[in-house]
Amino acid sequence: MSYIEIRNIFKIFGPDPEGALELARAGSDKDEILAKTGHTVGLHDVSLSIEQGETFVVMGLSGSGKSTLIRHLNRLIDPTVGSVSFGGEDILAMDIPALNAFRRKRLGMVFQRFGLLPHRNVMDNVAYGLEIQGTDRKSREVAASKWIERVGLAGYEAKFPDQLSGGMQQRVGLARALATDPEVLLMDEAFSALDPLIRSDMQDELMKLQAELHKTIVFITHDLDEALKLGDRIAILKDGKLVQVGRPEEIILHPADDYVQDFTRDVNRGRVLQARSVMQRLTPGSDRSEDDSNTPVIRDDTRLEDIVSISLKTGQTISVMDRDDNRVGLIDRDQVISALSR
Amino acid sequence: MFPEQLNVPLGKWVNQFVDWLVINYGAAFEAFADSLLTVLVALEQVLRGAPWWVVLIAIATITWHASKNWKLAAGLVIAMFAIGTLGLWDKAMQTLALMIVATSLSVIIGVPVGIAMAMSNRLRAIMLPVLDTMQTMPSFVYLIPALMLFGLGKVPAILATVIYAAPPVIRLTDLGIRLVDQEVIEASRSFGASRKQILFGVQLPLALPNIMAGINQTTMMSISMVVIASMIGARGLGEQVLMGIQRLDVGAGMEAGIAIVLLAVVFDRIGQAYGKRSQRSHAEDV
Repeated sequence: MSYIEIRNIFKIFGPDPEGALELARAGSDKDEILAKTGHTVGLHDVSLSIEQGETFVVMGLSGSGKSTLIRHLNRLIDPTVGSVSFGGEDILAMDIPALNAFRRKRLGMVFQRFGLLPHRNVMDNVAYGLEIQGTDRKSREVAASKWIERVGLAGYEAKFPDQLSGGMQQRVGLARALATDPEVLLMDEAFSALDPLIRSDMQDELMKLQAELHKTIVFITHDLDEALKLGDRIAILKDGKLVQVGRPEEIILHPADDYVQDFTRDVNRGRVLQARSVMQRLTPGSDRSEDDSNTPVIRDDTRLEDIVSISLKTGQTISVMDRDDNRVGLIDRDQVISALSR
Repeated sequence: MFPEQLNVPLGKWVNQFVDWLVINYGAAFEAFADSLLTVLVALEQVLRGAPWWVVLIAIATITWHASKNWKLAAGLVIAMFAIGTLGLWDKAMQTLALMIVATSLSVIIGVPVGIAMAMSNRLRAIMLPVLDTMQTMPSFVYLIPALMLFGLGKVPAILATVIYAAPPVIRLTDLGIRLVDQEVIEASRSFGASRKQILFGVQLPLALPNIMAGINQTTMMSISMVVIASMIGARGLGEQVLMGIQRLDVGAGMEAGIAIVLLAVVFDRIGQAYGKRSQRSHAEDV
């Protein structure tokens, strides 16, 4: 059983979802149901398992239901049918006080347009979650200061959100979500409103933080490059239905259908693919490379773009080693080229 | 000609209803009227009893607190001083007391009603036509039953003023809360804020500029009711206007009219200054 379990969620928007739900279960798609009943299908039979400590990215275009999906995880939206549980605990069974306590202790959320409180300064924004928990002013300001510094905003404590740039505002949003030390970080298109350069900075920053904190992160985006960069695993949504779930390389190498393939066409494969998915695998014991020590050696998580330059420079077959320094595979020049093409 | 058989005797029913109210609940209305009167009389005594320069200092202090602008403070002190030079100081203080009580009552009733309207679309659908009626119904129509229930004097004047003046603060409280950015509300919900925490920590502070604008309008409308209020026995500047009409004394009417305008200007500027302050509560820290 995974940490977060989403089971067979349907979400129908409209005054009387029952009829539309029947149609959805019978296999009608979003457009048909809208035409027949006037109801919008937000999510169509979505099931997901998210492991503790992983960065799970949900990717889809606008209207795919991704923002609806993330809001089911903290019940900003309730499903029409289906179940959501955290660590075996059914969150749909919670009453309002229990739900609020759950949100306070275990979740932090970052929003696309930041969702900062415009009448509060940076310090009070970051301390907001702790204030809601009822922490006294002194200890919440200590905790908030730590996070303000951690996201690089020391010195801006007394500024108000409208005095900060977009990137800085989202740093405040991130610090606010982390200040309560939640188990799960929900990020709804958190970097989509930022300039490309700032966005890339924030992605790096998030990966650095995650390497230390090991939170469970659920990240929503419409940008496949962002999904591939951040995600340990990626789920692709289309019209409220789950199209594919998998590791970045699986998505690139084995797209589930034309829709996914269309997405992956423009992806920089060199940056996504790693040695382990490109190499020719050696079966254990069949290591026939008693040969010389001057063949190049790389780790199995080396990115293809780095392998290219090594391969070009040496022209030799490259040995791939796993984390325990066992030789697990070989990559020759043709394999590099064929991995890059297609 | 409209067929007579289709006439609805609405007037008769209303009369019967008011009679029934007076007979059965007269005592309760009187008790309510007495408590309101106690507050008003006490305030009136303070304002009329205080030396004129104390009132001027108070106006200056409040204006300074609201605007941090000494020119505005000086201007408003001069306006109040001018009312004194017209020989209408005492009457202006009576009007002031009536206005303060009527406006306070409007805000005390109006803000919670506005909040409730923002929370419930159904209540809003019911309240909007009610508010339209309150603002368009000629005030004489409800002055008659108010007189029957409360007798001649200050209390029906206050109630008539509240009926006329409360709608803006109700409307703008509702609007202000509805205009709060949904993502901010969502953010505070996602941190587990209770409804009370959201209302007092997010919605009301962010709606405050609109609520202040509503209070300002309510104040202005309560000033515009002073002449009508004086017809049912409220003393003050309105009484002077009425006297001017009855005696065809154009000069006396004009004096009182100018005093009402000056009072309105003073209140409007103070109200606006507080409104602006709530809008940029942090501008001074920049």
